[in-house]
Amino acid sequence: MIQERVSLSKARQQWVRWQRLLRVQRPGDLFFRGITLLFVLIVLGLVAGTAWILISNSLPTIRRFGFSFLTNKAFDPVHDVYGVLPAIFGTLITSTFALIFAVPLGVGAAIFLVDFCPRPFRLVLAFLIDLLAAIPSVIYGLWGFLVLAPWLHNYGEPWLQQRLGFLPLFQGQPEGVGYLGAGIVLTMMVLPLIISVSREVMLVTPVAQREALLALGATRWEVIRHAVLPFARIGILGGVILALGRALGETMAVTMIVGNQANEPSLSLFTPGYTLASVIANQFGEATPGLFLSAIIEAGLILFAITLITNILARWLIASLQRQAQGRSRGGRL
Amino acid sequence: MSVPMPTSPSSPALQSGESGLHPLQTARSSLTLRRRLVNALIVLLTTLAALFAAGLLVYLLCYVLSQGLRYINLDFFTQLPTPNGEPGGGMGEAFQGSLILIALASLMGVPLGLFTGIYLAEFGRGPFAQGVRFLVDVLNGIPTIIFGLLAWVLIVIPMQTFSGLAGGFALGMIMIPIVTRTSEDVLRLVPRELREASLALGATEARTILQVVLPAARSGIITGVVLAMARVAGETAPLLMTAFGTTFWNTDITQPMDALPLRIFQFTLSPYQQQVNQAYAGAFVLIVLILLASLAVRLATGGFKQR
Repeated sequence: MIQERVSLSKARQQWVRWQRLLRVQRPGDLFFRGITLLFVLIVLGLVAGTAWILISNSLPTIRRFGFSFLTNKAFDPVHDVYGVLPAIFGTLITSTFALIFAVPLGVGAAIFLVDFCPRPFRLVLAFLIDLLAAIPSVIYGLWGFLVLAPWLHNYGEPWLQQRLGFLPLFQGQPEGVGYLGAGIVLTMMVLPLIISVSREVMLVTPVAQREALLALGATRWEVIRHAVLPFARIGILGGVILALGRALGETMAVTMIVGNQANEPSLSLFTPGYTLASVIANQFGEATPGLFLSAIIEAGLILFAITLITNILARWLIASLQRQAQGRSRGGRL
Repeated sequence: MSVPMPTSPSSPALQSGESGLHPLQTARSSLTLRRRLVNALIVLLTTLAALFAAGLLVYLLCYVLSQGLRYINLDFFTQLPTPNGEPGGGMGEAFQGSLILIALASLMGVPLGLFTGIYLAEFGRGPFAQGVRFLVDVLNGIPTIIFGLLAWVLIVIPMQTFSGLAGGFALGMIMIPIVTRTSEDVLRLVPRELREASLALGATEARTILQVVLPAARSGIITGVVLAMARVAGETAPLLMTAFGTTFWNTDITQPMDALPLRIFQFTLSPYQQQVNQAYAGAFVLIVLILLASLAVRLATGGFKQR
């Protein structure tokens, strides 16, 4: 598609457009085209409507609290004071935790899948990864709540405390539910995503570059290091940001294991806390019209804005890699 | 896309060669020892990463499946939950509710997604189409609880009751981008010659698309729809604040409605072991459904690619 457009000159483009318009003179065609356009406009309206509804409904708290909504620690319906600092902190700490572990594991696994994996296992493993990406978050939540949290409470956290207790990360009362558990579950949830995106972008490395390095006598790792990784770097970064977006917005699994308490931000991973998504999931039930309702919707608006930015960034990076790949393959043919 | 590996210069055959080696080659083989060690180390590390990642996830899958299988029986699909964790009972109303919710969501998501996909594939040129494509991608990345929030504000609060309708709306929003992208992709795979042949026979553009292009892409489009249905079948967050859940049979879409993931969520947090067991059984059914959908999709698209 893109190539076709690039190769056409401006004048020719104009001509094609005219031809197209002339052909669509028939009322039936115009009608059909109109219908599809109408559906497109409805979809656009839905996206715009989502943003507008979130903004307009959070105006009361925006007007009342302004920026202090972001820095206020209490989410207190009784005194009508609302803030989401603990939730923002929890969202960031659990997502960061997940990325720290999922990125090296995921990229390593993707390298294995692309370059080292014996052929017969390749398709099976790729299918398995896709399947795991499709497992609903409530299942991860179920396992996190029923298996992981008790295990962390009885064994995992005391063990960590005994050995690494001098770090502020592992101090405090082992409770099972908390940032640590949520981080582990999130790690497992974003792993398939990172693996599949990294794998896809590594697969588009021009074969000529790999072959050139192999011809020079490079080992497999040197090929990856000097041809594949530099080429796929941007795409992998895009995948990581995509995973970050997923981790930031993940609701069920996190809500089930993060503990849901608006605690002071603390470095301890054992602390039960909140994330933006779990505030919404937990508080909507008691919401009364007015500031309370507005506060929940503003939490949603903040989450919406953060994930929107991360997604736009990720897609822009991945798209730029694809353009780069197309440019190179064209250059190669010339 | 694997590259066939030529025998590296350090292969045993060459190294075991006697002193008849060229001076350069001996220098290289001592260098290659380090390089080969690094290479081996990396192979080991990435293999471990892959094994660990796959092992962790497979363990989770097997654990939930084996736990769930024990509590599957006919009652599980046909009975209502028993009060306060008494033995017996099932999740019948959750299956019923899930079916209704998925149907409602498809009613909204499939036409909107399909027509947007047709527009993008057939008429979508220039910056407007790029913009639409971008927004559809953005829609795909928005956390699903935001759609729950949207349906809550738009439908639940004005109607003053949780309802299946609101749940269907939220799930429909999630389906739109999946159906759009897959249908656009498969429509693009339909050969140009097919369209040209149809137009040359005097068929109108609309007729060409409806009677030639769409049927040719049918299996791919169905694949996309199944994928989207499987995806929303497991969605929980947006249903919490829209369909809400109930433990009774309900076919009235203006009333609270149950769904399989919602029931799993509630029973997981339940203090009664009987209900926790039911949650495992529900998770088993959900995973099997999604496994079957993925397999079907994989088979369908695999056949598609080979052509």
